[in-house]
Amino acid sequence: MKNKYTYTFSILIVILLFCFFANISLGSISIPFKSIFSSFSANSDNYTSQEYIIQNYRLPKAITAILVGSGLGISGLLMQTLFRNPLAGPFVLGITSGASLGVALLIMGSSVFGGFFATLLISKWSLVIAASLGSFLVLLTVLIVSSRVRDTMAILIIGLMFGSITAAVVSVLSYFSSAEELQQYIFWGFGSLGDLQWEEVKIFAIIYTIGIVFSIGSIKALNTLLLGENYAKSLGLNLKQSRIAIIIATSLLAGTITAFAGPIAFIGLAIPHMIRQIFNTSNHKILIPAVFLFGAIVMLVCDSIAQLPNTDYTLPINAITSLIGAPVVVWLLVRKRKMVF
Amino acid sequence: MENNIKHTILETKNLSIGYKSKKTETIVASNINLELKEGQLIGLIGANGIGKSTLLRTLTQVQPKLSGALYLNNKPLESYKNLELAQAMSLVLTEQITSKNLSVFELIALGRQPYTNWVGSLSETDITVINKAITQTNITDLKHKKCFELSDGQLQKVMITRALAQDTDLIILDEPTTHLDMYHKAYILKLLQKLTKETGKTILFSSHEIDLAIQLCDSMIVMSKDGIVNDSPCNLIEQGAFNNLFPKNMIIFDEKIGSFRVIK
Repeated sequence: MKNKYTYTFSILIVILLFCFFANISLGSISIPFKSIFSSFSANSDNYTSQEYIIQNYRLPKAITAILVGSGLGISGLLMQTLFRNPLAGPFVLGITSGASLGVALLIMGSSVFGGFFATLLISKWSLVIAASLGSFLVLLTVLIVSSRVRDTMAILIIGLMFGSITAAVVSVLSYFSSAEELQQYIFWGFGSLGDLQWEEVKIFAIIYTIGIVFSIGSIKALNTLLLGENYAKSLGLNLKQSRIAIIIATSLLAGTITAFAGPIAFIGLAIPHMIRQIFNTSNHKILIPAVFLFGAIVMLVCDSIAQLPNTDYTLPINAITSLIGAPVVVWLLVRKRKMVF
Repeated sequence: MENNIKHTILETKNLSIGYKSKKTETIVASNINLELKEGQLIGLIGANGIGKSTLLRTLTQVQPKLSGALYLNNKPLESYKNLELAQAMSLVLTEQITSKNLSVFELIALGRQPYTNWVGSLSETDITVINKAITQTNITDLKHKKCFELSDGQLQKVMITRALAQDTDLIILDEPTTHLDMYHKAYILKLLQKLTKETGKTILFSSHEIDLAIQLCDSMIVMSKDGIVNDSPCNLIEQGAFNNLFPKNMIIFDEKIGSFRVIK
């Protein structure tokens, strides 16, 4: 049973390693693979410029790409199973909107509310906290509402409504904001993997790991939920507890990713579907590691494209993920007959 | 006499079922006294809207009882913890499963969830139990198929196998014969009868197939406006329990052939 997947997993791991090094190698200047390996062992006192770029810029960026891609993929997978809806994901359910609202309030709120907000330092940390709080609150609201309405379509519409509310609040805020604040918010909205220092990557990785631990702890519950909630209950599953664990995992992952890298679209929705197609299974013991690997690969590739190798331009990462993600969603809907969930 | 030796799996005493909101209490049925014995096949019948589902929901602890007592294996039902209950009672519901991308084996394996570790790995015992259940319901040829490839009848057999793999003393099925043709209705109920004989498990099912239930069940629960009676099919016919099940100007029960007839 397990041997069936070993082959595919090995290929994915090899591709991931290749993409990781290719991502580090490509950029405004190309760095040969050989120099990459030697730079890992370089002494920080006498870096060459290539070694400096790798150590302080490209390596943290590549690691961020892996964390972002795998984290969004897994949180999308959790949402799709929990809400029994193939179109669910952090983006659709308004978690990203919640994070955006938190960040918008932080960056632009000081103009409108003054006082308390003005005293807050807009550091990476306050951004992270604002985004996490925003996403957690939205997800909690969606969950409370979803426990009242049985119709999953209603939950999706509610998620979209949160998106609209956020957009409305953000436009009111931007009306009163200075050009500088507006620019800061819009740049955050483009998404970026390259802004993080090692210090931030470490914190990111820690919160991410907690999210992953919660996800792995939910594997059994997720598999039981494949039968539907009533069957899951009859199998002794503590529904409330499992739901909360899954939601904590999702909000930690999606919340911190949005906080550190901005609202990255479509990865969370598209990756789990692609993996279900490739592996043809619904077993989360297989899906979670597969989504982890594949999400990381796709994000590394998107980032390499966004860097426009050998030019000085960097495209917004969000544009690239959507350019890849949107056709995938269309393709999934066209092939719906085969899209077994 | 034989029944007295067999031990009681499920027992209710003066049970009242219904719905409770803050202000009002809607009683669907009251004074329910049931005794389900080990290894019996029990059919629950009654007209639409009489409260069969409410009774099953109460017996499976999906909704709370209003009053009275409810014992599973001589222990009050409400004292069971989630996992403990999952090891004592398994269900086959009318609702569709969420993911039909599961293979038949995977689906049946999920029945072992109450016994597996935190990631749900199957032990050798689990696999033995699963394979035994698959043999008992005769679905070995379906084992590697995906659930979306199955017909309604096959899927129902698979769901019964899953409940069997859960290895509980009591299996409760909510209308297992809906959507099935005449042959499969009879097949499923005969399969349930065979399973009670072979495994000693108690199986309770609700159904509208009264004719079939009369022929196959060891005991029946008849719900009508006059109340709820629980006895063997023969005794129930003698008592005339089926006579008032439906309006008499439309359908009458013919005691001689043990079946219903539409008045032309």
